[in-house]
Amino acid sequence: MSDVLTVPRSRRTIELFLLLLALAVAVGANYLAGIGREEPFGDYFWSQAITLGIMSLFIHVILRVKAKYADPVILPIVVALNGVGLAMIHRLDLSAAQVNPDFVQVAPQQVLWTAVAMGSAAILLIVLRDHRILRRFTYISLIVSAILLLLPLTPLGLEINGARIWISVGFGTFQPGEIAKITLAIFFAGYLSTNRDLILLAGKKIGPLQLPRFRDLAPMAAAWLVSIGVLIFQRDLGSSILFFGLFMVMIYVATSRVSWVLIGLAMIGVGVFVALELFSHVALRFDSWINAFAPEVYDRAPGGSAQVVQGLFGLANGGLIGTGLGAGRPDLVTYANSDMIIAALGEELGLIGVVAIVMLYVLLVSRGIRAALGTKDGFGKLLACGLSFTIALQCFVVIGGITRLIPLTGLTTPFMSAGGSSLLANWLIVALILLISETARRPAPSAPMKDSFPEALGVSGKPKKSAKETTR
Amino acid sequence: MNQAIRSAWVVAIGMFALVLGSLTFVQFFQAEELTGNPWNSRQLYQEFGRQRGALLVDGRAIAESVPSSDQFNYRRVYNEPELYAHLTGYYSLSLGSSQLELAETEILSGTDSSLFYDRVVRLFSGVDAQGANVELTIDPEIQRLAFDLIPEGQRGSIVVLEPSTGNILAMVSKPTYDPNLLAGHDTGVIAENAAALSEQPGLSFYTNPATESLVSPGSVFKLIDAAAALESGRYDAESQIPNPPALEFPGIEYALPNFVAGGCASRPTADLEFALEQSCNTAFAQIALDLGEEAIQEQAARFGFGETFTIPTDVVASSFPSDLSEPELAQSSVGQFDTRVTPLQMAMVAAAIANDGQLMKPQLVKSIRAADLELIESPQPELMQQSVSQETADQLTDWMVNVVDNGTATGAQVPGVAVAGKTGTAEFSDVGDNAWFTGFAPADDPQVAISIVMENVDIPTGQQLTSPSAKRLIEAVLNR
Repeated sequence: MSDVLTVPRSRRTIELFLLLLALAVAVGANYLAGIGREEPFGDYFWSQAITLGIMSLFIHVILRVKAKYADPVILPIVVALNGVGLAMIHRLDLSAAQVNPDFVQVAPQQVLWTAVAMGSAAILLIVLRDHRILRRFTYISLIVSAILLLLPLTPLGLEINGARIWISVGFGTFQPGEIAKITLAIFFAGYLSTNRDLILLAGKKIGPLQLPRFRDLAPMAAAWLVSIGVLIFQRDLGSSILFFGLFMVMIYVATSRVSWVLIGLAMIGVGVFVALELFSHVALRFDSWINAFAPEVYDRAPGGSAQVVQGLFGLANGGLIGTGLGAGRPDLVTYANSDMIIAALGEELGLIGVVAIVMLYVLLVSRGIRAALGTKDGFGKLLACGLSFTIALQCFVVIGGITRLIPLTGLTTPFMSAGGSSLLANWLIVALILLISETARRPAPSAPMKDSFPEALGVSGKPKKSAKETTR
Repeated sequence: MNQAIRSAWVVAIGMFALVLGSLTFVQFFQAEELTGNPWNSRQLYQEFGRQRGALLVDGRAIAESVPSSDQFNYRRVYNEPELYAHLTGYYSLSLGSSQLELAETEILSGTDSSLFYDRVVRLFSGVDAQGANVELTIDPEIQRLAFDLIPEGQRGSIVVLEPSTGNILAMVSKPTYDPNLLAGHDTGVIAENAAALSEQPGLSFYTNPATESLVSPGSVFKLIDAAAALESGRYDAESQIPNPPALEFPGIEYALPNFVAGGCASRPTADLEFALEQSCNTAFAQIALDLGEEAIQEQAARFGFGETFTIPTDVVASSFPSDLSEPELAQSSVGQFDTRVTPLQMAMVAAAIANDGQLMKPQLVKSIRAADLELIESPQPELMQQSVSQETADQLTDWMVNVVDNGTATGAQVPGVAVAGKTGTAEFSDVGDNAWFTGFAPADDPQVAISIVMENVDIPTGQQLTSPSAKRLIEAVLNR
């Protein structure tokens, strides 16, 4: 299927070097955020530095042992994003504490979540030798997804700001939908890689469009139902868009059929129309996007445009080079440390800084896509591509919403926003992409495949010098 | 499958390109417009987040920024707020600023060019930017006395100047207000307080009545007539002016009378000394008719009429009307009709006569001091213009001393000190009269020039609140 040339070198040392660079950026940002507002080198500084440092080196070591050919760029990028996010959350904590001494700081909890998320990613790397094992859990994943998505609707669920997407767990709240993103991706990758040929060959051809059979539309319909269900019952437009985008891209990659995309877009169109007609909160979002600067829209509560307009003011205040960490007023924007963290970063780091952050996402997504291209199994391709594309889509929805390119929806910025479930889910995604990239980059055995890969690599476990391979 | 994955990547890159484009649009191309948006409070926060300099009177802060624990780092606090309200003005989040807070804002906020060196030093020493302090010429004891001399509920102003420098020693007006009501950080409360203050009769909190309210001067304006008469060369101490009980005009009903109960009636003709002593309307009206509108106007201008200037707060122009008919000129020349003055303007007239005819520019600022109180700048006394010749000034001084010794202002007499003065009453049929005193002391070596106006009072109350108050103020200044 592919003609990508892979040089079989492990590149773990490059990863270590990049990792140190990423840690320097993360810890440096955290130090700058506190300057003039707190004692330098306080408790939080060390907890952030030590957590990030130990956990990322831990993952690095696991990769050296378990997946030495994994992509070397992904881990440093994610550590940098997570660390800069922690610094900004801490910086906003300091502003909030100045106004209200009783304010409960968010950053220490986020550091804890970072440790949990990175630890979970490490465990996943250790436990899951090969991502293909997950294919066995295709239908179990569907059931798990359904349970996760329904959990907030049970008595365990909590409604916050009108959206019912949280459940309360002993020490706090959790968004099961974030994990459902992964399990749904596994289900779709498994289902589509198995039934791909069937879906492709059947169906009528009308002009250039090959229309699918009605029964093959079932997964598509399921995706649509999940998205609309999330929108209706949980009132969460952002997640709904995300789920649907995930299914769309996976179906397209599985079938290479534009007709499927067109059908999907038509269904989205119907969904959006229905949502606009039925749900006032969606219509209000739309209105406060189009007429953000109208006074009656600005002051409207709920559903006013004050948040997005204040975010724009923040970005404008940052301008090209930014005010510098700690020198702007990102605290004037509501939800500056979660939904609007890009506005806060844009204000204090400027266009240059926020473009650098976006470029990190571009690299991350591209490396994920690269893993999808490189791996040989259809399941891995679908999974890596779907998960990577989800990160891109999430960035687009969040930053597009903040810059008023599209209506603002409540979504987290991957790895940066305050919020444990999102961080955990995204780190698990990173672990999966790392595993897939390992199979993509590992030198293929020249002899017919034996029981396990290490034997194929030769007695020493190192790749043979001549093993330049064209992978498919 | 890989072709489709590449297409997905292209779509992802396309989405990233879109957000990079829209970030650039917002942060670069739209930034200026967004920064200027009236809903954008960031500039305000930046300005209000800085430690603003203090306004000092005799080393004590009457307006200062103290650390606050809210979203702004500092809070503006006014000490003895009602005593100094009209001088400090207010520095408000939603109402802007006024008076010294407005006029000296660049110094107070530290953005003035004279503070450039200070800023550079702070940049390298890492100390937070801080505004400079403004020290006033006000004497706190004189200010307090003047304030107490205006009864609560009485509308009036008192200005005390140092004639040789133009330094303002006291400047008070009532009714007054508490600028702290407008200086909080809750815009809702500010709006409420501002609305309540607007309801208060006689108060417009954004102006300083001593420099910005125009009132009829009445007979104190006769000093300007007398000055014009002497400066014209057509009158001297010997000149006799007809002094009828009322001045009639051919063809109309109106007649300008002398004050019925006054001493003018005792003489059918008067010299200037007597006319001033008893404040005879008809005598001065005839001088004005003789000299003409332009001559009076020109003399008034040489005392500062018709000119707006800053001390450094704004002073509105006092005015003598033009294009007058004879009856109108007659009325205007005795400080009625459309003649309008600020209380400060009449203090300037007295100060110019006191200072050998030299009018010094009134000044409210003694010095600019850096945050560490190091002297940055100290305004020097500035000659505004020569209002009258020294001879005219001497002559007017003698006559004004006579007014206090024998005439309408005997209440201002201070034992052992020659006090020069002139009273006035501007009459209104409907709301009561304006009672005036303007003068200076000691006559031979003037230390203090005073202007007092009490608005909307009956004549006995007005007399009680002017000349005797002048006496108290003169004593206070001479005994400091």
